[in-house]
Amino acid sequence: MDLSVSFAGLTLKNPLLTASGTFGYGLEFVDYGDLRELGGIVVKGTSLTPRQGNPMPRVAETPAGMLNAIGLQNPGVETFLTDYLPRLPWRETAVIVNIYACDAAEFGELAGILAVEEGVAALEVNISCPNVKAGGIAFGQDPLMAAQVTEAVKKRAGNKPVIVKLSPNVTDIAALARACEVAGADALSLINTVSGMAVDVRRRKPRLANVIGGLSGPAIKPVALRCLHQARGAVKIPLIGMGGIASAEDVLEFILVGAHAVQIGTANFLRPDMSFRIARELPGACACFCVDSWESFRGSLIVEKG
Amino acid sequence: MMLRPRAFALEPLWARPFSIYALTPKTISFFIQVAGRGTAVLAGLEPGAPLTVWGPLGNAFAVEPEVRTLILAGGVGIAPFAAYAKSHPEPSRLSLVFGCRPPVAAYPYKEIAGIAAAEHFRERGPGDIETFIALLGERIRAFRDGLILACGPQPFLLTVKRLAREHGARLQISLENRMACGVGACLGCVTKAKVAGDSPEQAFANVQVCTKGPVFWADQIHLEGEEPWT
Ligand SMILES: Cc1cc2nc3c(=O)[nH]c(=O)nc-3n(C[C@H](O)[C@H](O)[C@H](O)COP(=O)(O)OP(=O)(O)OC[C@H]3O[C@@H](n4cnc5c(N)ncnc54)[C@H](O)[C@@H]3O)c2cc1C
Ligand SMILES: Cc1cc2nc3c(=O)[nH]c(=O)nc-3n(C[C@H](O)[C@H](O)[C@H](O)COP(=O)(O)O)c2cc1C
Ligand code: FES
Repeated sequence: MDLSVSFAGLTLKNPLLTASGTFGYGLEFVDYGDLRELGGIVVKGTSLTPRQGNPMPRVAETPAGMLNAIGLQNPGVETFLTDYLPRLPWRETAVIVNIYACDAAEFGELAGILAVEEGVAALEVNISCPNVKAGGIAFGQDPLMAAQVTEAVKKRAGNKPVIVKLSPNVTDIAALARACEVAGADALSLINTVSGMAVDVRRRKPRLANVIGGLSGPAIKPVALRCLHQARGAVKIPLIGMGGIASAEDVLEFILVGAHAVQIGTANFLRPDMSFRIARELPGACACFCVDSWESFRGSLIVEKG
Repeated sequence: MMLRPRAFALEPLWARPFSIYALTPKTISFFIQVAGRGTAVLAGLEPGAPLTVWGPLGNAFAVEPEVRTLILAGGVGIAPFAAYAKSHPEPSRLSLVFGCRPPVAAYPYKEIAGIAAAEHFRERGPGDIETFIALLGERIRAFRDGLILACGPQPFLLTVKRLAREHGARLQISLENRMACGVGACLGCVTKAKVAGDSPEQAFANVQVCTKGPVFWADQIHLEGEEPWT
């Protein structure tokens, strides 16, 4: 079967991407596999200027998952472009830059810088971060703010596809998806982490210095599938699904519910060759579940109306 | 090295980091103290049980054959020093001070004592810790023109670092931060380390312990629980 997918101006050799923040810049994994086996790499959340992130501890293990409050530590967009991007095989594997900013104007500025970079295949906009100008409420929790950011990025992104990454920490994810579609998003990716918390009874302390963090890993897969299903019903633009994917069968679940592509996140921490293994296992899984083309399989979930 | 028994399934999720205890052309050994769920599963594995292993990661303690070297180990922090002592070209220049709560026989202390000058201290009750700290202070002072290497629990490292600074001794410490990815990607294991050539306000940055460490020169890092830098 032909595993390649084309959507939103992107052509990927297979529908597997790595999720932002879980795969560094890809370079951390070159000892464990060939990056060119992957459809693409979404790099760590990148901001205009360097960020040191949150105090330690920043990660905690939870049942079938983990919490993180890394706080978007990154060396800034300039360092990314000079030190990391040139070392990535971007001609053979799509390099998608996940961007992060504190207000819509800064998002636009970042998009403008990346728009002219040949090695950047697309922008993924992380709207799960707080809007400093709006008192710190996350852009992704308000359809109006999400639309503003989408427009600001789209205006400056030139011909780069703009993927908006939705947060599950909302009452109505369909409304967010629609707002971003109307504002010009070329695709949506979902979900970001689920807001959560863990405590240590013995020390009577939260397990993260930041107290609250984002839950990821297999524990959130049902939430991710539900969000994907609701977004699928709400918009026409392509969707990239993620949340707890840890096997080729999980990949098929997301495509069945309607995703054009998927991202592998926390599972990369179970073993550093996880994404490469899933890429190698995908053809066998397709055969096993009688999937003969993405077009016929995507969104073919049978929902009996009662 | 990172170890993850397949028996973990999804629980615990992450692999666990361990130092290499012994290495031969055909085998690799670990010395593991049961500290929680992950180490309990590892300790209970049957021979032949499948395990995901990756590494070695990061760096190792400095070897300076010409320099008198003092090893300070607390508890299971002794694990990396067995191989260190065995492969050291001038073991006559090595000394070990080992502190623990369980009986010393539970640890690979004798192996090192057979090669290097070694002394141990067992903490049995309140007040013992002051005696141990005084002993550490004396030994660190005696090695202030040598090299000191330390591995152990966080309070132990804090004390050793303070004493080394007081005596102006060169100290390397190995950190045991929690690790998730073990390849430098998640930024969950970072420590504050000085970065070369930066302005004073950017004097330190969060650096991955798994790939840039776990061994650091003590004066190049800021430990959790230490007074902030001035
Ligand atoms: C580079 C490196 C080398 C190591 N080498 C060895 C070795 O050779 N032998 C050995 O026995 N151990 C070694 N360790 C420590 C070992 O990795 C931990 O003991 C192990 O990960 C604990 O896992 P667990 O699932 O058993 O405990 P968990 O159930 O995860 O934790 C048990 C308890 O300890 C606390 N805890 C565990 N680890 C930490 C931490 N790092 N910081 C703060 N609290 C913590 C938890 O909060 C919990 O209360 C090393 C660690 C590092 C980073
Ligand atoms: C350690 C860590 C760091 C992350 N950093 C980012 C980030 O910088 N930007 C972003 O949009 N998402 C980030 N995420 C979210 C993931 O990209 C992904 O959306 C989420 O973890 C769900 O997928 P998973 O369950 O497969 O991990 C991070 C997740 C983890 C675990
Ligand atoms: S454990 Fe992930 S960066 Fe060190």
